[in-house]
Amino acid sequence: MNDMRPLERAVETKEIKFECRDCQVYYGDTHAIKDVNVDIEDKTVTAFIGPSGCGKSTFLRCLNRMNDTIDIARVEGSFLLDGENIYDKRVDPVQLRAKVGMVFQKPNPFPKSIYDNIAYGPRIHGLAKNKAELDEIVEKSLRRGAIWNEVKDRLDAPGTGLSGGQQQRLCIARAVATEPEVLLMDEPCSALDPIATAQVEELIDELRESYSVVIVTHSMQQAARVSQKTAFFHLGNLVEFGETGQIFTNPKDPRTESYITGRIG
Amino acid sequence: MPLLWIVLVVLGLGLIGYLMGRSRALGSAGGDGRQLHSLPSYYGWHGFMLTVVPALLMMAAWLLVAPSVIENRAAAGIPDAKIAERGSRSLVMAEVRRTGEALDMAVAQGTMDEDMARNLRADFTDVTERLKATGAIITTTVDQPILEAAQNYRVMAKASNLYMSIAVLGLAVVGLVFAFMRSDKDFRARNVVEQGIKAILILASTIAIMTTLGIVLSMLFETANFFEQYSWREFFFGLNWAPDFRGNSELGMLPLLWGTLYISLVALLVAVPIGLFAAIYLSEYASPRLRAVAKPMIEILAGIPTIVYGLFALITVGPLIRDWIAQPAGFGNSTNSVITAGLVMGIMLIPFVSSLSDDIINAVPQAMRDGSYGLGATQSETIKQVVLPAALPGIVGAVLLAASRAIGETMIVVMGAGAAAAQMEQGLGAIINPFQAMTTVTVKIVSQLTGDTDFASPETLVAFALGLTLFVITLGLNVLALYIVRKYREQYE
Ligand SMILES: Nc1ncnc2c1ncn2[C@@H]1O[C@H](COP(=O)(O)OP(=O)(O)OP(=O)(O)O)[C@@H](O)[C@H]1O
Ligand SMILES: [Mg+2]
Repeated sequence: MNDMRPLERAVETKEIKFECRDCQVYYGDTHAIKDVNVDIEDKTVTAFIGPSGCGKSTFLRCLNRMNDTIDIARVEGSFLLDGENIYDKRVDPVQLRAKVGMVFQKPNPFPKSIYDNIAYGPRIHGLAKNKAELDEIVEKSLRRGAIWNEVKDRLDAPGTGLSGGQQQRLCIARAVATEPEVLLMDEPCSALDPIATAQVEELIDELRESYSVVIVTHSMQQAARVSQKTAFFHLGNLVEFGETGQIFTNPKDPRTESYITGRIG
Repeated sequence: MPLLWIVLVVLGLGLIGYLMGRSRALGSAGGDGRQLHSLPSYYGWHGFMLTVVPALLMMAAWLLVAPSVIENRAAAGIPDAKIAERGSRSLVMAEVRRTGEALDMAVAQGTMDEDMARNLRADFTDVTERLKATGAIITTTVDQPILEAAQNYRVMAKASNLYMSIAVLGLAVVGLVFAFMRSDKDFRARNVVEQGIKAILILASTIAIMTTLGIVLSMLFETANFFEQYSWREFFFGLNWAPDFRGNSELGMLPLLWGTLYISLVALLVAVPIGLFAAIYLSEYASPRLRAVAKPMIEILAGIPTIVYGLFALITVGPLIRDWIAQPAGFGNSTNSVITAGLVMGIMLIPFVSSLSDDIINAVPQAMRDGSYGLGATQSETIKQVVLPAALPGIVGAVLLAASRAIGETMIVVMGAGAAAAQMEQGLGAIINPFQAMTTVTVKIVSQLTGDTDFASPETLVAFALGLTLFVITLGLNVLALYIVRKYREQYE
């Protein structure tokens, strides 16, 4: 019967979206990422975990070349997105970032209205033909960001006037609005209450159907709940990378084990 | 006692107060600092503050009040006829002071002894010659009433100085003893010092505010005098500026106000785009190394004296504009023009706009830019749609500050645009042609005050009315700028 087909598809081996080889990042003289090799699959949620300062954000920022904006940062290695090296001279970082969206660790809404915050990406990329379409995109994105009900009556209010958690969901909605192929989320739930967290996790699960999502998190439970693949970083090294279930139940490296059982961090 | 000595002695007492307060507090705690309510140095500062601050305040007050009291008393002996002869009381008093100084010098040089200086009489000896011999500036013959007043003046000034020394040093000692008595291990010196520091800060800001108030009040006073002699309606709405020192002047301020606004507008049209673009380039595109060189270079512009800009306008820009634009196009043939002054003033204002805007643009958090780049925006899109809107209120503040600079500028206007008021009655062409000479409120304030006329005539007093108007305008602009800048602070975060 038809019921069988989605299951069949789920078993298919997924395409590799990002293939990262021998990646190094330096901040001036600090070697922040050392020899990282990782494959990020399409239509999968990949979680990055690890103690604070181990380089999760740094590595995440390599994936859409956000480190370009930091003068002292230097990135080496190959990052193949759909087979093309994103650090190649021919690649326009601007277009890359439209494809690889990002939600930052700290909420950073623009000092504009809520509506304009969401409409920002669609406007610069010309995603909407007219106002009605734009309205539709804004509403859909806010709903996906699990914040529609709270802001639907005040779309003209400034985005900076929202609470921290609301701002973060606004930023998620903003990133989703440009329809990226890969969504990078840096601790998207660290400022959210359990209800909003559940809503965002639901969103992540939904995004997985069409995109690849990479999420940095400090919550083991969250990583276990939402991700299929988990990467454990420690002091700039990728210590272990594998199926989430395997990492959490049967870690191979002793450092991973002590981290998830709460002994380092 | 010379002032410097008084101050030094007071400071010395303060030091003693510091050491005594500290050691007494420590002593009351048996030498164990931990038993004290506050750190030992707080007891010291408490002693220092109580010794020095009231004493110096008293000295400042004395120095402010005493001269006018002494002058009043010395002037009391001068007959009215004398005052009428010399014109005004202040002129007579200036003479008295100079004579007094000459007597001091004579005593210092040994040509007179103190007794002689006090009892000298103009009717018996040739005082004038003897005083001139000291090298003092004596312009008229010193006659008996003046000499007597000067002698009184000297004696009173001496006495005042003596009383002041005693009072100030006495107060310092009282403060010292009081602080010393209070220093005890349970005394909350830290809190008192905190209060004291707050009081000093409040005092400083009060002085600033009072000065502003004083300026406004003195202007108001003279302006009121002016409006008693000249109709305010004609002043504010008159289209003609034609002062005539023989009377019957027309003192409409609109031509001057128009000149001010027009020249400022041209200046801002030059300064704002250039300054803003320079700021954007420096803060967003330039490499740190280029920025480190370029920013100070632009700021050098702000250090050039306005008179130098004026010269530049007078001998370079003015003739250039006349020869290459105004004359060929038939717009006029004067070297002085609105355009010249506006252009040069605009150059002067570039660093104001660029430096402030640069700071403001830099204050926009990097997270804001990251957010925009993260959505796939280019650098110029990010600047246009995120950075500038976020910085806009601050930039407007910077522009308004530049505008108040432009409105207050005098030198560049005289040398660039001349000193002839706009001929508003000749119609629109005469008003808006930017290639003609025009002048501003500030220039006319100077020329009205330096005119050789009676100080009480409307032709002179009008300067105060103009000044006050200008003050109100720039104050309004500054308040607006402050308001906008403050609002801007709440923007992000
Ligand atoms: N802009 C920067 N300049 C210099 N050093 C940096 C910069 N950003 C990060 N680092 C350094 O790189 C290392 C990794 O930082 P990163 O922000 O990637 O850690 P993280 O794993 O995201 O930590 P957290 O969980 O606390 O967010 C740290 O040692 C940090 O000090
Ligand atoms: Mg991080």
